[in-house]
Amino acid sequence: MIEPIVKGMTGDEAVAWAAKQINPDVIAAYPITPQTIIVERFSDYVNDGLVDTSYIPVESEHSAMSACVGASATGARVFTATASAGLALMYEILYVASGMRLPIVLAVANRAFSAPINIHGECTDQMVCRDASWISLFGESAQEAYDETIMSFKIGENPEVMLPTMFGIEGFIVTHALERVDTLPDKTVKEFLGDRRVIPACCTFNPFAVGTFGSLVLQDNYMELKRQQEEAMQKAYHVTKNVMAEFSEISGRDYEIIEKYNLEDADYAFVSYGATAGNAKAVVDRLREKGEKVGSLKIRLYRPYPVSDIYEALKGIKAVSILDRSATFGSPATIAQNDLAAALYGKKDVPTLHGYINGLGGRVLLLPEIEQVYEQSKKYHEEGKALTQDWIGYRR
Amino acid sequence: MASIVDVRINGRGGQGAVTASRLLAEAAIIEGQYVHAFPNFGPERAGAPVTSFSRISPEPFTEKIEVYNPDIVVVIDSSLLGDVQIAEGLKPGGIIICNYEGKLESLKHYFEGVDSKIYKISGTRIAREELGINKPNMIMLGALLKVVQIVKLESLIKVTKERFKGVIGEKNTKAIRRAYNEVE
Repeated sequence: MIEPIVKGMTGDEAVAWAAKQINPDVIAAYPITPQTIIVERFSDYVNDGLVDTSYIPVESEHSAMSACVGASATGARVFTATASAGLALMYEILYVASGMRLPIVLAVANRAFSAPINIHGECTDQMVCRDASWISLFGESAQEAYDETIMSFKIGENPEVMLPTMFGIEGFIVTHALERVDTLPDKTVKEFLGDRRVIPACCTFNPFAVGTFGSLVLQDNYMELKRQQEEAMQKAYHVTKNVMAEFSEISGRDYEIIEKYNLEDADYAFVSYGATAGNAKAVVDRLREKGEKVGSLKIRLYRPYPVSDIYEALKGIKAVSILDRSATFGSPATIAQNDLAAALYGKKDVPTLHGYINGLGGRVLLLPEIEQVYEQSKKYHEEGKALTQDWIGYRR
Repeated sequence: MASIVDVRINGRGGQGAVTASRLLAEAAIIEGQYVHAFPNFGPERAGAPVTSFSRISPEPFTEKIEVYNPDIVVVIDSSLLGDVQIAEGLKPGGIIICNYEGKLESLKHYFEGVDSKIYKISGTRIAREELGINKPNMIMLGALLKVVQIVKLESLIKVTKERFKGVIGEKNTKAIRRAYNEVE
């Protein structure tokens, strides 16, 4: 383990600091609300000559991701950040990035969609991108924001994977809040990542080497290429595990694709992602003091979804409360509950699943409310209800 | 959980409430403590009432939630006393430290019936004398640290000098020390 350099940073600043240490070749971003302080800080680093990065200010997020695609196709290491409506505007090009197998890294400050206009925390923006063939991670804290920035490059750039990666941290309560962050020395970050390994042969700035990207592929080969993306995603599962294990060793922080907290002897559990998991753990501590056998599972890697890890962690548990800070409407279950139900369906000794949509548009879910969720799920379980879906923390 | 201390800073937009909560947290970090510090996010405007928070603990904690029940409330601007509920959510027996020019007894009238300990400092006067401008945010922290040593005075001074280089840092340091000695 390497001795950390302790800093006080907001989630956004932590991402920007990691990006500075990584010193990517290109960043393209559109600087308007809701952008993030990530690219604002990074533009200072560019201005102060602390990085070699080409910083491309563009006219929209659609263009930002397009510029990232072009830059990454030349073999450059590329980073960008966005939030909410900005991510939605990138959506078309997200598929171009993954379809062209470009390991771009995107930091998402998870914020609500309009309308009504709102700039506060919720994770719907990232959740609706879960089918875009991007590796998708969530971070709980400024520390995880820093760490996941570094790990994301290593996962996506792996030659077995070659997929873009996005990681999310929740708006304001993580992005704008100051926390203690243990950072690594520049040299360690550089050594951990190395250079980007796979650079297309036609893109070495050799005037005699010519190639075509994103060309027309119709009924003849399109499906084969999509299938390759799926296989890359399956490989990303193993690569992410390995990268996290390697990062744990140098950082001394214990990283796994899921985080298990007090689950060994638990009868009940919370399942969540992002900052909500921190609150769930605080409630687990409170309930444990009262003698309740409860634990928490945090999903750090959301795509590829860690099916077997989650099943092993939840096997034998009676009921699970899914704290889902994302909105879906007219759905058979909440977003995280849908994935969890599919992952556990037909397996032995699986819990009943109780989804709770909460915290939309920055609404705070208080710790006592999470305790109420726990009681409600116990009740549903006793009534024999296997799958329930509720909204909580709103005025009726 | 008992080791967590929640500090709320009430001020007006432009007075440095956000900077104060951040520097208080940074002082805690250099001592090896754990923090979560953030402003109350709304449509901020110069002069409008604002709040900012620092959650500090010697032990790691995972909760990521806004502060509704502070242990300590710091009031940067006495004109807020009639305007906003300063003691709102304050834990029983909690601490209120106010920038107030009048007598402590008259300050206490604002908090009759509130289970709390009240302190005052002539922050605006110190700011005018030491800084030459009405920016009593760091001064209020000096007063706070005399009342409750959630971080060491020297840690606060260190981060203050890092944030405000040169003469402004020196002036703030002097003002912080003065507030530390003059709080009542």
